[in-house]
Amino acid sequence: MIPAPFDYVAPTSLADALAALADSGDEVKVLAGGQSLLPILRMRLNAPDRVVDLGRVEELRGITEEGDSIVIGAMTTYAELLASDVVREHAGLLTKAVQEVADPQIRHRGTVGGALVHADPAGDVGAPVLALEAELVITGPAGQRTVPATEFFQDLFETAVGEGELLTAIRVPRHTGWGSHYEKFVRVVHQWSIVAVGATVRVENGLIAEARIGLTNMGSTPLRARAVEDALVGGPATQDSVREACAAAAEGTNPPSDLNGDSDYRRHLATVLSRRAVLAAAGV
Amino acid sequence: MTRISVTVDGVGYQDEVEPRLLLVQYLREQLGKTGTVVGCDTSNCGACTVHLDGHSVKSCTVLAVQADGHDVTTIEGIARDGELHPMQQAFHECHALQCGYCTPGMIMQAIDVLNDNPHPSEEEIRLGLEGNLCRCTGYHNIVKAVQQVAGAQAPAEAAVAMPATAGAQVQA
Repeated sequence: MIPAPFDYVAPTSLADALAALADSGDEVKVLAGGQSLLPILRMRLNAPDRVVDLGRVEELRGITEEGDSIVIGAMTTYAELLASDVVREHAGLLTKAVQEVADPQIRHRGTVGGALVHADPAGDVGAPVLALEAELVITGPAGQRTVPATEFFQDLFETAVGEGELLTAIRVPRHTGWGSHYEKFVRVVHQWSIVAVGATVRVENGLIAEARIGLTNMGSTPLRARAVEDALVGGPATQDSVREACAAAAEGTNPPSDLNGDSDYRRHLATVLSRRAVLAAAGV
Repeated sequence: MTRISVTVDGVGYQDEVEPRLLLVQYLREQLGKTGTVVGCDTSNCGACTVHLDGHSVKSCTVLAVQADGHDVTTIEGIARDGELHPMQQAFHECHALQCGYCTPGMIMQAIDVLNDNPHPSEEEIRLGLEGNLCRCTGYHNIVKAVQQVAGAQAPAEAAVAMPATAGAQVQA
């Protein structure tokens, strides 16, 4: 399968990338790691006139620490994120989730920013970004703006990134000392999540002091399981208490039905996977 | 057309390519390096795995223009002076292939697995190969070949007794 023809631009700076976008018509696609875009182009689900490749924009790569945040450049690959001790220590849920993305070859090429802008609800990066209350830095012709994760994911394959704009960084608040776990349910190990749950919790004296839970593929965007979070906080980190709290995991969700399972099955999975994720995150 | 300059198996090439040309097509059709095969053409099977700057990638999911200025190693570039690469030799000795179609990608990914982790457990090997499918289902001997190269092969009796499933968690 061969993509339809397109013009190719490979800028080497963010300024040049924004200029290339501004200079393009409507039918332009931004190429990050290409692990979702290239299959789409090959299957001709999309046929852009122009592709702007960010692969040579070095300033969009890398992980830095800034005050209470960890800043992940949008073009940082999954493999680079997995190698980061800073992310593992202060935003462990991201490490746990990214370990479950596809396979090693795809993790060498795929980027955190590319996955977020692609915004596939079955992708594994959205739920942790939402649960960790990250902020997304978007840069466009008018400059830079920052949106909270709750406003970033708008619908199926739709984000707050507008025409002519690029996601340039992800700012993740430190969750130092929190436990975390990403529980992914799949038929085939390297495939998309049927449902997955990311949980990060802070346990104090056997009680859950804080809890954040993100759901993958339980609606058209990643979702927070707020009802479970509320039920967990202040309660003991025990099997029974967590099981009871996680019964609310599907509240407010609208999961799809497909060959892998209907929406009722996914609602059930959300409760089971939430319990497993929270217990593992709490070290129970 | 876009001009690219790429090193493949130690040899520099300069070519004019269409931006939509996939790296695997460039390798096979322009350079004649047909050792790298196309399996599923959908980023699933890993048969087309090559190394880009020393890391494994699926060459059906990389554009040739993205390889501009970079270094590609294919299955054709890993033998040295007529001697098979140790991973090729181990695949031969352990009979780690049946029809052989997945083999080029399996070997390139197996080398990547050991580059990242020279002494993996059996589970780590299986997870490292999760993006490579063998339709003959001959995974058992493939894992043994990787263990042989890692110098971490389990005793033969134990290996036979191990369940040959992805869930097997026997420490090598």
